Amino acid sequence: MSLLMPLPEQAILARREELVARLRAILPAANVIADETARRAYECDALVMYRALPLVVALPETVAQVSAVMALAQEMNVKVVPRGAGTSLSGGALPLEDGILLGMSKFNRILEVDFENRCARVQPGVQNLAISKAVEYAGFYYAPDPSSQIACTIGGNVGENAGGVHCLKYGLTTNNILGLEIVLMGGDVLRLGGKHLDSELYDLIGLMTGSEGLLGVVTEVTVRLLRKPMSARGLLLAFPSVEAGARCVGAIIARGVIPGGLEMMDAATIRAVENFQPCGYPLDAGAIVIVELDGTPAEVDHLVAVAEQIARAEGATETRVSQSEAERLRFWAGRKNAFPAVSCIGPDYLCMDGTIPRGRLPEVLTRMDGLAKLHGLRVANVFHAGDGNLHPLILYDASKEGDIERAEKLGADILRLCVEVGGVLTGEHGVGVEKRDLMHAMFDETDLAQQQRVKCAFDPQHRLNPGKVFPTLHRCAELGMMHVQGGKLPFPDLPRF
Amino acid sequence: MLLTPRDEKDVADAIRAALAQDAPLSVEGHGSKSALGRATQRERILSLAALSGVTLYEPQELVLTARAGTPLRDIVALLDGEGQQLAFEPLDHAPLLGGARDNATIGGVIAVNASGPRRIRAGAARDHLLGFRCVTGRGEIVKSGGRVMKNVTGYDLSKLVTGSYGTLAALTEVTLKALPKAETEETLLLSGLGEEKGLAALRKASGSPYEVSSFAYDPRNDAAALRLDGPEISVLTRRDDLAAFLASFCAAIDVLRDAESRAFWSRLRDAEPIAGEGVIWRVSLAPTDGFAFVERLRRAGAPLIAHVYDWAGGLVWLRLETAADAHAQAIRAIVDSLGGHATLIRADAEIRARVDVFHPQPSALAALTRRVKEAFDPRFILERGRLRAEF
Repeated sequence: MSLLMPLPEQAILARREELVARLRAILPAANVIADETARRAYECDALVMYRALPLVVALPETVAQVSAVMALAQEMNVKVVPRGAGTSLSGGALPLEDGILLGMSKFNRILEVDFENRCARVQPGVQNLAISKAVEYAGFYYAPDPSSQIACTIGGNVGENAGGVHCLKYGLTTNNILGLEIVLMGGDVLRLGGKHLDSELYDLIGLMTGSEGLLGVVTEVTVRLLRKPMSARGLLLAFPSVEAGARCVGAIIARGVIPGGLEMMDAATIRAVENFQPCGYPLDAGAIVIVELDGTPAEVDHLVAVAEQIARAEGATETRVSQSEAERLRFWAGRKNAFPAVSCIGPDYLCMDGTIPRGRLPEVLTRMDGLAKLHGLRVANVFHAGDGNLHPLILYDASKEGDIERAEKLGADILRLCVEVGGVLTGEHGVGVEKRDLMHAMFDETDLAQQQRVKCAFDPQHRLNPGKVFPTLHRCAELGMMHVQGGKLPFPDLPRF
Repeated sequence: MLLTPRDEKDVADAIRAALAQDAPLSVEGHGSKSALGRATQRERILSLAALSGVTLYEPQELVLTARAGTPLRDIVALLDGEGQQLAFEPLDHAPLLGGARDNATIGGVIAVNASGPRRIRAGAARDHLLGFRCVTGRGEIVKSGGRVMKNVTGYDLSKLVTGSYGTLAALTEVTLKALPKAETEETLLLSGLGEEKGLAALRKASGSPYEVSSFAYDPRNDAAALRLDGPEISVLTRRDDLAAFLASFCAAIDVLRDAESRAFWSRLRDAEPIAGEGVIWRVSLAPTDGFAFVERLRRAGAPLIAHVYDWAGGLVWLRLETAADAHAQAIRAIVDSLGGHATLIRADAEIRARVDVFHPQPSALAALTRRVKEAFDPRFILERGRLRAEF
């Protein structure tokens, strides 16, 4: 718990009553939560180790109300932290003690479904899965499917550029949205894009996506709808080792096959899953690879045969091909249970999210193993194998003295290792507060200063979700003049979190 | 004056020198797109042609890194050798703008977000840029993104530089997603439907499960074209299923196979069906609005010479007789009422200096756009005036 956040501003804390009163002039009284017990519900997101009690919670219902709250915040110089369903694994929605927590849960309507243009306009508080549910009767769906999809909302998906198990073939959030409505600090409402493809001038939709709530508040999203594939079949492949599984994954892609889903888990995870809720995974396997192939039935049958042949050639000890939809879902059941299953053996775990070039997987695993031993902890591994996105689950016991700190240190070492081999700190969970202080492992001061200048173009006073993503807060005026030489700041003694 | 830096450090030196003298720079590769955008004084040109060469290509990882001045044709040939491709099908501007064919560099492709017919299914250039290195208008070397498929570390500046026409930074190196080439392709041509019904057939097909990758309608020969690509066994069954799915339109159906199909789509990609004398526009709309737009433009009396629809009606290429404002007012009034944007692709330099080449924005959005420009290039040293008269 060594996280440093911006110090609460006493001048803001002193004006709390005035702020609450003015918010109540904008919003219905019930939508301004000032009571401490009720505010507690918002003190953390899914990164539960970090908590803070927000100054006040505001729940707007209309775009005009969002705009008025943002104008008020600017006028009173109060910070704002936007929040969807609070499922962020990186602390993106961690409140500030001197900030308004802006909950978007009342924006829960699907505004329009337009099958002919294959898109839907939805409010940001609509759950990810609810979009697919609303259009499935006509054979359509919304492609990105983060594992929190029954709870997470599309506004948060835009904020984090959420992925899922199908993104190698179907892309992340950024590849699946056409339009946004956003409210800037100060209250300006902007509409970006629409039902057409490609932005005019700068691609601000692309910039907003994955900006972790630091640039603007999303009040409407136009998502692309895809037609569901005619059929899908799964392969469950067992290998003696993760290395062999990784070679098979590489060989499938090298053959020109891009599966709809391509997942792998290691022996520790397989055992945890089978303990939690048996689904027939081979307990003696060193790794399991799940391949999902979708498309027309003829194509799927053809690709299943290709993949099965590759798996055998790569030394699979067992290959199962789903013969029914029920069997395909059974293959996935264990993968979908992996996180809760691992938490049963933990008892606690920290989920990492680095991405690496796939070919470096064997090396990374060996070195990760060494790091885990060094810190005296165990790691279970779940991979989005197709795109090299790793989810090492670091097992620890929060009731044991020093275990959290050890887990955090191991996590940081693993992420540095990912960067060292050509990968990145986070593939889909976001930087938030969790990986904020590791940003220097990937970027030098010049890179980070340029990103912060983009922030300044949207929010020059750093009022929107400050303390996230960037390890050092610079005043925008100072960034304007600062010339970074050779990646070194002229003032290395500036305060850092 | 032509500046020819040999490496990234030279690029940074050139931009710093330009800043010191307040002497704006145009950024180019081989100059195949120099007639795109607002016409500006191109007194000092920063040529990235010498920054050439693929620095990393790992087919199994689906990733390629190249210096910005690398010829696109070299990259295409290299990928082709491994059965891979740039799935967004960058268009060749030569048929519209003149100049030699096949003369683009990869930096230019990214700078204008050049994407072709498969964009509707496979995404645009912006969806395939994984990371980049550049020198900003502040003269600083900056990197962003990475070489892996999934990455949310920091702002996605790849999206911002793609389509920015060199106004934010001079790209020095780009990392792209490479995808498998389809084993084969076929195109269904539906004729005799007329414009409105032909477009309706495209939209119906776009909601089908047959994985059509491109959808175009050419009024000259009244042909609605649908491309299917993939493994041969899949293409053959989908072709028959798709033809049956569209049977209610009672169209005459032809099939273009393999090489014929590829030739058809490369002509369409480069907007060859509308090439010729006059002014040329590219209009992006909701697919259902494509036909309505053209109808209203005709009724408004605009001297339309040729047009063709791509992206199931969501992209309209237009050629009109030349005029003082290139018909900007008439075209944009209709686009504004429907939603979308219109870009003037070709007109005399004198017209492109006066008329907004890129679609005007509401004031709050225009102000934000300018602040984003200033975040990278506060002195407007790169491509001054290329996007907007004011920066």
